[in-house]
Amino acid sequence: MSIATAPTAPAAKPKVNRLGLEIAVYRGSKTTLCAGCGHNAITERIIDAFYEMGIDSYDVAKYSGIGCSSKSPAYFLERSHGFNAVHGRAPAVATGGLLGNHKLRAILVSGDGDTASIGMGQFVHMLRRNMPIIYIIEDNGVYGLTKGQFSATADRGSKLKTGVINELPAIDTCALAIEMGATFVARAFSGDKQQLIAILKAAIAHRGCAMIDVISPCVTFNDHEGSTKSFSYVKDHEESLSDISFVPFFEDISVQYDPGTTKTVTMHDGSQLLLSKLPEDYDPSNALDGLRRLFEARKKEEVITGVFYVDPKGADFISLLNIIDEPLATLPQDRVRPGQQALEEIMEELR
Amino acid sequence: MSTANLPKNGGASNGGHTSVNDFTIHVATMNGSGSQTANMVMLRSIFQMGIPVSGKNLFPSNIQGLPTWFTIRVNKDGYIARQGKIDILIAMNDETAHDDVMGLEPGTTVIYDQPLNLNSLRDDLLFFSAPFDELVKPVCPQPKLRKLVRNMIYDGILARLIGIDLAEIEKALRKQLKGKAKAADMNWNAVKVGYEYAEKNFPAYTLHRVERMDKTKGKIIIEGNAAAAIGCMFAGATVATWYPITPSSSLCENLIEYMKRYRIDPETKKATFAIVQAEDELAAIGMALGAGWAGARALTSTSGPGISLMAEFIGLGYYAEIPAVVFDIQRVGPSTGLPTRTMQGDILSTAYLSHGDTKHIMLLPCSVEECYTMAMEAFDLAEEFQTPVFVMSDLDLGMNYWMSDGFKYPDKPIKRGKVLDAQQLDALKKFERYRDVDGDGIPYRTLPGAKHALAPYFTRGSGHNEAAKYSERAEDYKRNMDRLNRKFDTARHRVPAPVLETNGATEIGIIGYGTSHWAIGESCDLLRADNKLNASYLRLRAFPFTGEVLDFVKSHKRVYIVDQNRDAQMLSLLKLDLPATEITKLRSVLSYDGLPITPRCVIDSILEQEKNK
Repeated sequence: MSIATAPTAPAAKPKVNRLGLEIAVYRGSKTTLCAGCGHNAITERIIDAFYEMGIDSYDVAKYSGIGCSSKSPAYFLERSHGFNAVHGRAPAVATGGLLGNHKLRAILVSGDGDTASIGMGQFVHMLRRNMPIIYIIEDNGVYGLTKGQFSATADRGSKLKTGVINELPAIDTCALAIEMGATFVARAFSGDKQQLIAILKAAIAHRGCAMIDVISPCVTFNDHEGSTKSFSYVKDHEESLSDISFVPFFEDISVQYDPGTTKTVTMHDGSQLLLSKLPEDYDPSNALDGLRRLFEARKKEEVITGVFYVDPKGADFISLLNIIDEPLATLPQDRVRPGQQALEEIMEELR
Repeated sequence: MSTANLPKNGGASNGGHTSVNDFTIHVATMNGSGSQTANMVMLRSIFQMGIPVSGKNLFPSNIQGLPTWFTIRVNKDGYIARQGKIDILIAMNDETAHDDVMGLEPGTTVIYDQPLNLNSLRDDLLFFSAPFDELVKPVCPQPKLRKLVRNMIYDGILARLIGIDLAEIEKALRKQLKGKAKAADMNWNAVKVGYEYAEKNFPAYTLHRVERMDKTKGKIIIEGNAAAAIGCMFAGATVATWYPITPSSSLCENLIEYMKRYRIDPETKKATFAIVQAEDELAAIGMALGAGWAGARALTSTSGPGISLMAEFIGLGYYAEIPAVVFDIQRVGPSTGLPTRTMQGDILSTAYLSHGDTKHIMLLPCSVEECYTMAMEAFDLAEEFQTPVFVMSDLDLGMNYWMSDGFKYPDKPIKRGKVLDAQQLDALKKFERYRDVDGDGIPYRTLPGAKHALAPYFTRGSGHNEAAKYSERAEDYKRNMDRLNRKFDTARHRVPAPVLETNGATEIGIIGYGTSHWAIGESCDLLRADNKLNASYLRLRAFPFTGEVLDFVKSHKRVYIVDQNRDAQMLSLLKLDLPATEITKLRSVLSYDGLPITPRCVIDSILEQEKNK
């Protein structure tokens, strides 16, 4: 005799990436930022990008400085070590982390105050060295954590809740990054999911410093009429430099673009960044063109987004140092303490 | 060649007592004039004759054209502290010559450049002049090079006067200018010209002489910064990040040279180290901490102004518990101060560097040998205690030339501290970054890149609990701070113990540290010999203080603490540590004129205070 059992549907196979990992593994602890904060959207995109690229997050180190933005690395990649440094000085810590272990990928989240004011010195020297760091500025033009003072990226003429008007010009971190030698320079808007994720994935594939300025409106202190970094302002004034699609090297290139309207950039790891809907003459390897577009957009009071400049061949600082393949951090004693003969030789010279 | 004032050469009292291997030579030149080669050759040639010698460079914060002095002490008993007294002055600098000569004690020998006409200034000194510009012409046809070569002439003159073996001078010169045969030949000719001139024109000189000894056999001559660099290399340092600042720059510069020679992997020809010149001291310490966090043996090297800039990051290193080694080659402050003069100026500020409750392990080297051994010790301590560790050298030690026994190869393995890897985590099943598992206050850490779900944690300078999670809870904060205190107490038993020199004195004790050691040692001997005053001497080698310090203070009636700063910084630090009953015993000996402390200073200060004991 057999007992008839109702056929059960097989359990839905959880969606996994190429490493067989679910997206949950790429998440972090619960955010403590304000509801609706643009930073949380960026956190979500970082999670998506690392998941979709199938990066082993044990191989990633997260860095940040001080400010609202700098809290966010706790909210993604729970399997990665994180380091919340002092204000404006995460670039030095990330640089040191890479010196100690250059096998680690570095992602650094900073804010506009953290980057463009107190951290300006470290920011430009990180760019100049082309340190292999994904450097994200969560840019809201305001000091959120100290309750709403202007930052150096606030646009001239923008108004605080208190009525104070910013009389000083904004520092354009993208123009600066191109000038300073960054090899991947982009601007995005936290609310544009598709574009941000494509830029982040391209940045992950890039070897060298990837500087991404993400306009991320502050819902509490800078999302009101008179602020040029509010949601409504950016949505009204945003002009996308290009629609970006990114195809990692491990996936088949299935997306077809009209050859006349795309520009393909081959990334360091062999994958390809596609910039589409570009004007015929736009060349992302042309720094001057990137700068021109940034200046023109500024004149028109538009927020231009997209990837302004990519140089996939620029040597990064780690390769210039000619470090041994293994991480310096874990070299055993016999690799780092020369033998007695070496000391004898040195002593003899000093006699 | 003018010989107008020749009859006056050696014209004052010359005769009677001869001091053999016991005098001080003081060379006054202009910086940038190539005098460093002449001075080093003089120092080395005496050293090669087996006679204990030390050399101190008293130089300006300038590259060319300001007065600089080099003082060489020759001492058969091996005393190498700076002596205030000058026995032989070599006056080559017209700007300072007048003051240099007027400050001499009667009977001092003066060798000078003839146009300076110094013999007209005083009649109680022994003058020897030579026309340096005339003499240099035939040996150096290129006028541009003459300025650099002419100083070698005084080496020749001195060799003739005090009896330095010419062969030793040539050997020292060729060593100094290794690989530059043409330059060495030209300089050697200048030495010979000076020697011949003195031979022909000067009467026999008997006041000071060198005679061969065998007291430097096997010994080396080295600056403290080079010694520290060698120590770093054998400590297994892997990352050095630095910003140039006098007097610390030569530490990392030496390190670069040694690492290039001995730390390139023979197979791959790739470096087992990374040395980076940072954009400022803020970045230098940030990089060192980042590297230490990633697991590297990381260092930075700086001086007072850099220490001030690093303060905020050091607080993070202390609170987040990240290893790093910081060399502080102290110079004269406050502010820019006297950047090329020496001071034990950062003792108090470094001990408690940064805001909030912080305190740090400091090592206090007194010799080039300790620069070497303490460099190795510092890396072990930094990783064992997971905290920034300071090595408090100074300009006198770091940039001057010191005679020393050859360094010994380390006999202990490198200590990497409590680091858990994926395998150990698997066995443990639990890991909390800031939990005191062993009761010594030292937690366990994991390194980024460890492939285990328990390994990752978030390092932060904000409040955290034992699991490294953000916390503002009062009990979490307090528990953590108390554990850090416990860790510091553990360090008391682990840092280098002080060195005691006593023959049973119970009245007077002297406590010193760092470069004061050489003046204190000599003054103890002199106090005993000349003043029948018996003192014990305790040399501190580390902060936090070990139990021996309290025992020493307890067992003496009056204890003099020798500081090379105005505010008696080590005395203040001791006051914070010792019980109230002992504090009243403490007295202070201070030297803070930017020059290395002399035995005279220690003796005079103690005798004066002993009068009103």
